[in-house]
Amino acid sequence: MCLAVPAEIKSIDGFNATVDYGGVSRSANISLVDAKVGDFVIVHAGYAIQVLDREEAEKTLELFRQLLAQEPSGA
Amino acid sequence: MFRLRDREMSRAILDKLEKMNLKLTLMHVCGTHQDTLIRFGLDTEFKRVGVDIRQGPGCPVCVTTPREIEEILALSRAGLTIAVFGDVMKVPGQRGCLNDAKAEGADVRVVFGVDDAIALARRIQKEVVFMGIGFETTAPTTASALLAEPPPNFSVLSCHRTVPPALDAIAQMGEIRLDGMIEPGHVSTIIGTKPYEFLSKRYHIPQVVAGFEPLDLLMGVYMLASQVRDGKAEVQNEYSRVVHTEGNISALKAMREAFEPTDVDWRGFPVIKKSGLEIRKKLEDYDARRRYEDILSPVHEKQFREAEGCRCGEMLRGILTSQECPLFAKKCTPANPIGPCMVSREGSCYISYRYLKK
Ligand code: SF4
Repeated sequence: MCLAVPAEIKSIDGFNATVDYGGVSRSANISLVDAKVGDFVIVHAGYAIQVLDREEAEKTLELFRQLLAQEPSGA
Repeated sequence: MFRLRDREMSRAILDKLEKMNLKLTLMHVCGTHQDTLIRFGLDTEFKRVGVDIRQGPGCPVCVTTPREIEEILALSRAGLTIAVFGDVMKVPGQRGCLNDAKAEGADVRVVFGVDDAIALARRIQKEVVFMGIGFETTAPTTASALLAEPPPNFSVLSCHRTVPPALDAIAQMGEIRLDGMIEPGHVSTIIGTKPYEFLSKRYHIPQVVAGFEPLDLLMGVYMLASQVRDGKAEVQNEYSRVVHTEGNISALKAMREAFEPTDVDWRGFPVIKKSGLEIRKKLEDYDARRRYEDILSPVHEKQFREAEGCRCGEMLRGILTSQECPLFAKKCTPANPIGPCMVSREGSCYISYRYLKK
């Protein structure tokens, strides 16, 4: 029921979008999100449920790097 | 893209965790988290550094009760067309599963989502019942479809449930001492991070919303371990690339419009207050429970028990692991499942069998 991989929106026709999972094309209902062509979305049970924020994705990686650069602070 | 699987970084996080000298029991409530944990062997790595992670009631098909399975079986045997997610087909009822009903002549179709069920209802003349299963990730899709004037021969058997009340139940029951909770990334894209806050306040339990890549889980656990070390109990968000504090507002609105929270039992749990989603009165024509009351009332009068020997209930409460069930991989396999945890791709028995047995 739940594909965790983000899919890219290739085209939009009303509430229907064609999305691409790295080569595999599927259709998705986008009535629950505010998305445009080129956005990455999380699709669940045929519906896009959220748009992926690329800036935040970069920030997350940066955060990981920073945390790991710190000295271990455990016991 | 967005595949967070860097080996070096994984190592570095595990090293950090090891140095923290931990002894933690954590719980997550998501089939996809369980899949990542087992598929990448992370559960073993975590155990090595003192972190035991249990799957709680995070498999929608597994928490569906024997009564709800009997409801859909009764509707199928009454001659209605049934549309269900594939994971439900093999869940055993008192007398066979939906696959068996199909073999006996019932019209049961597998769909990928509610829109497929609606398309089917538009194509055929017969009455189509969609079994709405799932948490806040799936419930808005059903809601949105219900609000978009579906055809009159379509209805929904709502078995939707919401996650936060179940987390509250786990914490309140106190059967398992939890040092932290890993909250489900995709449920959280819908509900945001606020609905978890009361848990941290009420039970002083640290929480992290985490994504599904190995690094997401590693980082999530590291964030929880840091909270424990610092004596904190708050809700942190590791999955900020898709989860926002306020959630998905249109999806929440659709859910509120179509459903009303109701008290419902979960497999392995007593009734959990306001944890179920009942179709609102204004949409009653689409509510299979109201529409087919005559077919369903005999089911509602009976009590159903779990299959003999099946420990799914304890598994869903996090107090048992698959391998501790005496039937696991012996009498119970994906080809011949005794309980739903061995049927659903999100069930912990199925996931353990798939990755560990082969
Ligand atoms: S292994 Fe089978 S019988 Fe045991 S708990 Fe899992 S589903 Fe139930």
